[in-house]
Amino acid sequence: MSIVDNAKQVAQGLVQSAMERLVPLAPDSWIPGGVPDPLIARKHGTIGTPVSRLDGALKVTGTAAFSAEYRFENMLYAALAYATIARGRIAAIDSAAAEAAPGVVLVMTHRNAPRMATPPAFGSSPTGVGPADLPVLQDDRIHWNGQPIACVLAETQEQADHAATLLQITYEVEAATTSLADAKAKGIEQGIFMGHPLLNEVGDAEAAFAAAPHKIDQIYRTPRHNHNPIEPHAATMAWNGDTLTIHDASQMVTQQAQTLADVFGLETEQVRLTSPYVGGGFGSKGLWDHQIIGAAAARLSGRPVRIALSREGVYRVVGGRSLTEQRVALGARADGTLEALIHTGLSVMTPHNNMPEPFILGSQAAYASPNILLKVEVTRMHTLANTFMRAPGEAVGTFALESAIDELAEQLGIDPVELRLRNEPEKDPVNGRPFSSRHIAEAWRSGADRFGWADRPAPGTRQQGEWRIGLGCATGTYPYYRMPGAEARITLSRDGEDVRAKVEVAAAEMGMGTATTTAMVAAERLGLAIEQVEVAYGDSTIPGAIMAGGSQQTAAIGAAVIAAHGELVGELLKLAGNDSPLAGLSAQEVGCDDGALAALADPARRERYASILTRAQRDAITVTKAGSMPLETMHWSMHSHSALFCEVAVNTVTGETRVRRFLGSFDCGRILNPKTAASQFRGGIIMGLGMALMEETQFDERSGRIMNPSLAEYHVPVHLDVPEIDVIWTDIPDPHTPMGAHGVGEIGITGVAAAVANAIYNATGRRVRDLPITLDKLL
Amino acid sequence: MTPLTYLRAADAPEAVRLGAAAGAAFLGGGTNLVDLLRETVARPETLVDVSALPATIEETEGGGLLIGAAVRNTALAEHRVVRTRYPMLARAILAGASAQIRNMATVGGNLLQRTRCTYFYDTDGSRCNKRLPGSGCDAREGFNRIHAVLGASEACVATHPSDMCVALAALDAVVHVTGPAGPRSIAFGDLHRLPGDAPDRDTTLAQGDLIQVVELPPLAFGATSTYRKVRDRASYAFALVSVAAALKLEGDRVSDVRIAFGGVAHKPWRALKAEAALRGARATQQAFLDAAALEFQDAEPLRDNAFKPALAGRTLAAVLQALATGEAA
Amino acid sequence: MSLIVNGAKVSAPADARTSLLDLLREDLHLTGTKKGCNQGACGACTVLVDGERVLACLTLAVQVDGREVTTIEGLAGADALHPLQVAFIEHDGFQCGYCTPGQICSAMGMAAEAGRGVPSHVTADLAAEVTLTREEIQERMSGNLCRCGAHNGIIDAIRATLAAETPA
Repeated sequence: MSIVDNAKQVAQGLVQSAMERLVPLAPDSWIPGGVPDPLIARKHGTIGTPVSRLDGALKVTGTAAFSAEYRFENMLYAALAYATIARGRIAAIDSAAAEAAPGVVLVMTHRNAPRMATPPAFGSSPTGVGPADLPVLQDDRIHWNGQPIACVLAETQEQADHAATLLQITYEVEAATTSLADAKAKGIEQGIFMGHPLLNEVGDAEAAFAAAPHKIDQIYRTPRHNHNPIEPHAATMAWNGDTLTIHDASQMVTQQAQTLADVFGLETEQVRLTSPYVGGGFGSKGLWDHQIIGAAAARLSGRPVRIALSREGVYRVVGGRSLTEQRVALGARADGTLEALIHTGLSVMTPHNNMPEPFILGSQAAYASPNILLKVEVTRMHTLANTFMRAPGEAVGTFALESAIDELAEQLGIDPVELRLRNEPEKDPVNGRPFSSRHIAEAWRSGADRFGWADRPAPGTRQQGEWRIGLGCATGTYPYYRMPGAEARITLSRDGEDVRAKVEVAAAEMGMGTATTTAMVAAERLGLAIEQVEVAYGDSTIPGAIMAGGSQQTAAIGAAVIAAHGELVGELLKLAGNDSPLAGLSAQEVGCDDGALAALADPARRERYASILTRAQRDAITVTKAGSMPLETMHWSMHSHSALFCEVAVNTVTGETRVRRFLGSFDCGRILNPKTAASQFRGGIIMGLGMALMEETQFDERSGRIMNPSLAEYHVPVHLDVPEIDVIWTDIPDPHTPMGAHGVGEIGITGVAAAVANAIYNATGRRVRDLPITLDKLL
Repeated sequence: MTPLTYLRAADAPEAVRLGAAAGAAFLGGGTNLVDLLRETVARPETLVDVSALPATIEETEGGGLLIGAAVRNTALAEHRVVRTRYPMLARAILAGASAQIRNMATVGGNLLQRTRCTYFYDTDGSRCNKRLPGSGCDAREGFNRIHAVLGASEACVATHPSDMCVALAALDAVVHVTGPAGPRSIAFGDLHRLPGDAPDRDTTLAQGDLIQVVELPPLAFGATSTYRKVRDRASYAFALVSVAAALKLEGDRVSDVRIAFGGVAHKPWRALKAEAALRGARATQQAFLDAAALEFQDAEPLRDNAFKPALAGRTLAAVLQALATGEAA
Repeated sequence: MSLIVNGAKVSAPADARTSLLDLLREDLHLTGTKKGCNQGACGACTVLVDGERVLACLTLAVQVDGREVTTIEGLAGADALHPLQVAFIEHDGFQCGYCTPGQICSAMGMAAEAGRGVPSHVTADLAAEVTLTREEIQERMSGNLCRCGAHNGIIDAIRATLAAETPA
């Protein structure tokens, strides 16, 4: 990350800061969601009912086409070679043997790669989603151990893979910073995230902490993690003249297409990126070097290319979550109320990206405290650029905060649920804004009842055979976001009396259920059956830009669909004209119901879509509209909330931990589709169980090399690790969000590691403050 | 994967003839070898598929078993005699890998599994004496949680990953081999090597030596045996430590015992010292722990695996206790 | 050399290195079988060979000469869903859908194994009949990773479909 880019981020941050000072002062009615949408209040359509995935049949039959399953005529297969040093330059590449190997068509290195612009790094521009501020295959520089340095194209994957092993590469090694201790010695700086310093100060937290009668002050550590979607990253692409078609696996379809256009000096329309199905992403399915290299090689060879990373390749090219070292210091009165909340610490990034793991985000609105200090600092190491991974910040930050709260509860002899309720804030503790919708106390109570929390034993007192049993709890907050830029295109078409709607949004579906939920939302708005609505997404030719990240996609889509729907109603009224029963009504006075426009005040006054279109001699009508600016996030403090309960068994002989029961009680606004939302909650919780007990990317500090780039040695939970996970929710709509919904994708993992750690403490009396909690830490 | 020729052996003599050639390797189920080929850790020019050779399980007159090398792991684990007379073997197999892999893997191939040391697998970026003799060992000072605490050398601290072999070591299996020099029988304890100065050689087999049959001698108290595996997740993970044990009591004393450990050494570790200490001793928790401590008294833990001797001892004690009380599953 | 894939005779590849997985996906365009790790660590490529579940990534195509391979595409008739596939949809036993065909093929193989009495790591009594309890299914399906976290739905779908005939 250059100084200029940092300055840009800071400048963006200043503009944002000005907005953030003004928007909170504005009257509610000026803000999107300020006048609650009447549809939020009444359930109709399929909203709130369990709907099976619309793409279910395609997925269970294996016919949903993922990126490595597209084919082009005459297509070549790519294999990459990766650097084996952390820093330096390529002194020589002997590619003769590789070029002579059977089936090889091209060996591309920095020597012969097309000239390409450096991809704008994530956050450096509105559409820039490059992995780092580094050119790709443009020079002889090595920036990390594992950097792709050559690409072989061959007629088959076997031939390409083999030829890549024949490349002889010699390096000039330069000193690299690959150990945390070295990095710290070289410098620590304030972390800046999305243009904002990761620093919150309320009162004088250190002084209040020093004076507090009861204290917890501990260091918590979390290791590097990798996303490990089961689908490895892959792209299949072809050039037609100066137009690139790329079938990719993407969480950010439009932005990736634009960034690729920037790299190749093309107009936006010259790159078409599709990504209808993504085999898991969790933050990782963005733009990395391989798509750029694949496109360059396709251009250079003049043939279409499939570039499918090996599992090891994913670890070499696609960054993961960075490590953290966090201090949590809590100062409290005897009744448990906090006097000081300090959450500070360190994360690691590289000299060429800007992604401090923002582990304080989940601490900003968790607890009331008159004195708060939250701060993330960073140091830099010569590694692959780290990136967003499910609940970036919150997932690991809550491990520290919620472990510390548990430690405080233990010290004070207060039930940990009760301690949390005693510190429930009335307004946002950091920025003072009112909460838009916060019912965490209700989630705690319903969760505690259902889980049987009252039966929690004293630490280390319950045993069954070889197993010590314990219960733990934790809470999580995850902000409600809604990014600008979303648009929806709605086409209402008629075939005789049959009316159908096509809703196009530039969204991504990685399994969250977006396609299904979008159809539900659109069908409800349009007064159509869900079968009458087709949803198209995952294509950069669709207008607008939406990102499957920050648990905000559903809100972004919803706002755009609501806006486009309003536009559609207006256009239909124009077409209806003066011969319609609706004549004289404004768009605001009309709703949609059972395939018709109907007056809100008098639903009997109505006309069917088919009738309007027929009379206007139209087969179809299309509208496109952008969602409102997401000013609501600056006006209110908006969050998803969870109350998590965990029961573990810890083996007294081996130290092995088994999670026996888990309950997530959520307050996330209106749940649109209970079936897919429950899966999102469970999925997050299960990833959290992995983080708690087994996940660690082994980074060798001598070489800067990841040593377990494999699903055999990087452990994720298997079926036998996963108990039946109970999920419940308050289902109280937030009056200020589209559909009353909050995000559900990342709140699930938030707090889970602490719930497990706290349950392990309750079982064994042992407090483990560094993840993962492997058996050797409990022997 | 380097280009290679695939041949299928119709019978053992043909397999030996084909396998004796330089650059040839036997292919069983392929569950380890195909992975090693793809990683270019193994680069044979010829694969000799021996998975179609005899895959029968026959009972011997004395009550033992003759297991064809091509018998699949699942078939062995589900065999009625194995389940009743050698439960530790059935349990060891079932604790390994996944059902899919057990359906593919052969008994002979399982014996020749190679280590999971991540530096061994990292052909491009790491030094490994097992993969490239003389290149050095990056594991000794690196990530070595799954590595050896017994019998390691300066050159190599790798462990043998098989679960099945731990049980076979405890059961005194005999490996019947045929090769260019003719047939011979190898006591199980002599099949796998300690690394010494030549960690590239996992076993005492020579090029072209074909494992034909694994013989299980009868073991009168084999029914009182089990296998316990300790790992980093509940299933589908290699052992940190595992124990195969059989126990025979007379009154409150141990009259006979078999013990082998997995995950602690370059080979399945038959715990002869512990066995000797226990024979005739009272079957107490303390005696079990003391026997394990004796076995591990020369342990040399590394950075990440200092927990192993204690874990192995506790696990052994729990296993023997369960066998003694009839609670072993 | 040839093999049978979903009932159709298919030539084995010329390059002996070609895995059964790549034969299916690249030569036969049967992309329902997924490549998750290509190293035997995830189970996404699970197919049935002569009715037994195996990993297509660790199987060289030449090794299955003369044998019958069933993939997700061959599980049900054309335009029909197998009851297990229906149950996966009903119980939301997937999110992204990438591990799903492997889970389903694996479950089919598992049911056959349990049916003939193959015990598992969690079977308490090796001599007893196999009962497909929840824990038994969990252990037997542990070779199929899911990163979206659809484990509960997967097990529920299998229990509802394949374990119904055995006591719970």
